[in-house]
Amino acid sequence: MTPLIEFRDVSKIYNMGDSVVKAADHISFSIYKGEFIAIVGQSGSGKSTCMNIIGCLDVPTEGEYILGGKNVGKMNKNELAEIRNEMLGFIFQQYNLLPKLNLVENVEMPLMYAGVGRTERRKRAEEALEKVGLLDKEKHLPNQLSGGQQQRVSIARALVGNPSVILADEPTGALDSRTGREVLRILQKLHKAGNTVVLITHDNSIAATAERVIRLEDGRKVYDGPSSDPKAFVQANYHLDEDDDKEGGIE
Amino acid sequence: MNIYESFSMAMKNIRSNKTRSILTMLGIIIGVAAVIIITGMGNGMEIYMREQFESMGTNTMYVSVWGRSGSGMNVDDMQDIVDNSEYLDKMTPSISFQGSKKIGTESLDNTGITGVSEQYLDINAMEISGGRNIQYMDIKNRSSVCVIGSYVNRKYFGGQSIGEKIKINGRDFTVVGVVDEKADSTEYSSDNFIIVPYSTLARMMNIKNSDQFTVTFKDDDKSAEAKKELEDAITEYYSGDSDTFYIQSMTEILDMMNQMTDIMITILTIIASISLVVGGIGIMNIMLVSVTERTKEIGIRKALGAKERYIMNQFVIEAAVTSAFGGVIGIILGYIGSAIFTKIILILFAENMVVKPTIFAVMVSVGISAGIGVFFGYMPAKKAARLNPIDALRYD
Repeated sequence: MTPLIEFRDVSKIYNMGDSVVKAADHISFSIYKGEFIAIVGQSGSGKSTCMNIIGCLDVPTEGEYILGGKNVGKMNKNELAEIRNEMLGFIFQQYNLLPKLNLVENVEMPLMYAGVGRTERRKRAEEALEKVGLLDKEKHLPNQLSGGQQQRVSIARALVGNPSVILADEPTGALDSRTGREVLRILQKLHKAGNTVVLITHDNSIAATAERVIRLEDGRKVYDGPSSDPKAFVQANYHLDEDDDKEGGIE
Repeated sequence: MNIYESFSMAMKNIRSNKTRSILTMLGIIIGVAAVIIITGMGNGMEIYMREQFESMGTNTMYVSVWGRSGSGMNVDDMQDIVDNSEYLDKMTPSISFQGSKKIGTESLDNTGITGVSEQYLDINAMEISGGRNIQYMDIKNRSSVCVIGSYVNRKYFGGQSIGEKIKINGRDFTVVGVVDEKADSTEYSSDNFIIVPYSTLARMMNIKNSDQFTVTFKDDDKSAEAKKELEDAITEYYSGDSDTFYIQSMTEILDMMNQMTDIMITILTIIASISLVVGGIGIMNIMLVSVTERTKEIGIRKALGAKERYIMNQFVIEAAVTSAFGGVIGIILGYIGSAIFTKIILILFAENMVVKPTIFAVMVSVGISAGIGVFFGYMPAKKAARLNPIDALRYD
């Protein structure tokens, strides 16, 4: 079975003036269709870089990223836009709904860029809103909704184009724990319905919702396995020892 | 995503920022209105001038003949030329009289006396309001009769001039006719004149020829042919010497004046167009601000699959629609302004010159204003389209 997402020795290097930052350092992994996977790590661990690459918002500096059998690293901006539209559904921490569009118009947007006709688009957007229980508010503007509701709209928007991968970037980050759990339950439901869900988070307890965990530290993959394994949540970088002092500590 | 959708998206954005959109449009509104009013004035002026000329007759030519000795041309010979021509219609000499002219003891210093033929009134589209015109027999007999303008009639005779005398160079001329008011019967208008048979005047001045003629032609559209025919005839009359006369046709004068008006209007239009350019820069400025403000939106749209082309279209169409809207408002204001200016001209100059915008100017204004939107919207749109989605998403 070929993987849906495949990282082959992916590195991402940023030139920040004089210094060179290795945000991703030879990372390899595969994600198969129908998996629910969490990419977890502290800030600076490279998880945002990974998420940008998985989300086709960025391309690796080295290595290959294969999405659905296509080598994304070689694509130009327009092809990337097309692939984002076809294969990916984004759920952002800040929901990222457009404030001037009502809910159904927000949800319709990916379909509009896919060239789906007006009536068909409206129908599918309403179906997606119904799935997240907000069809009765379809004409509301985002700021008339609570945070949790807005995040559900953004989930509907991610679902509407039937993407191969649902990519959730800290989806509970801006929510209280109760609504956060609600959102996670929706993600679990989506997974059970056969969707591939990639969850990016710094929070171990949230990562534990997924079946499988990839842990990143300093741009490197340090764990890849089931979330049930206690080793999945051991954070190596908090174990200060003498070696660290010698290598990069403050003198 | 099609153009219609880009259009409705642009409309939505313009509506949600009403004050800003109207302020942005202001430059275009003023520019378009100014262009429409100015071209309307030019158009109105041309129509007005044409009407004025038509009332004098556009089928008229003024002929100056100095001949070979500088003494002008025999009137009967000119009459022969006109009578034997294909295109020419009527003619009158114009002999100007310099000398004393009195009514009773009052001297008429500002009243011109011209010796003319019986066709003079016809040629100048004048009509007798009382009495009679100068007749062929008056010319043949060198009668001492005259026809006067309404100013002279009213001023010196209280409107009862027929049969009264005017003393020209000590000789009494009997008033036989009064011409209908043509202007406003004031001293410096075309109602202040005296005409007498040219033959009488020539005898008094001891001359045989006239150096000024007015000749009309039959068909308004045959101006060039008529002029050519007259030129050829006079040249032949002077045995092939064409350096003996000069002909200026009314059509030529009208053309010349129209050309002058056109130049003036073109210059004014260019000045008014500066406002369009300034308006365009205003649009560009606001679009650049808008791109910055909407960086996050652009990031979201891009993340959801908007290609550069779509983002680009969205901003260009928004700029074009803003600008075209300004154009439409400008047209409406232009028409209102034209009506107001027509009234002002009527009040100030008592002339009915209608400021009449041309459809062409309206179409060009709309085209230019939308064009300006596209032109000045392009740069901000390009900036928006090129934004990196990751940076744009992170923007707050």
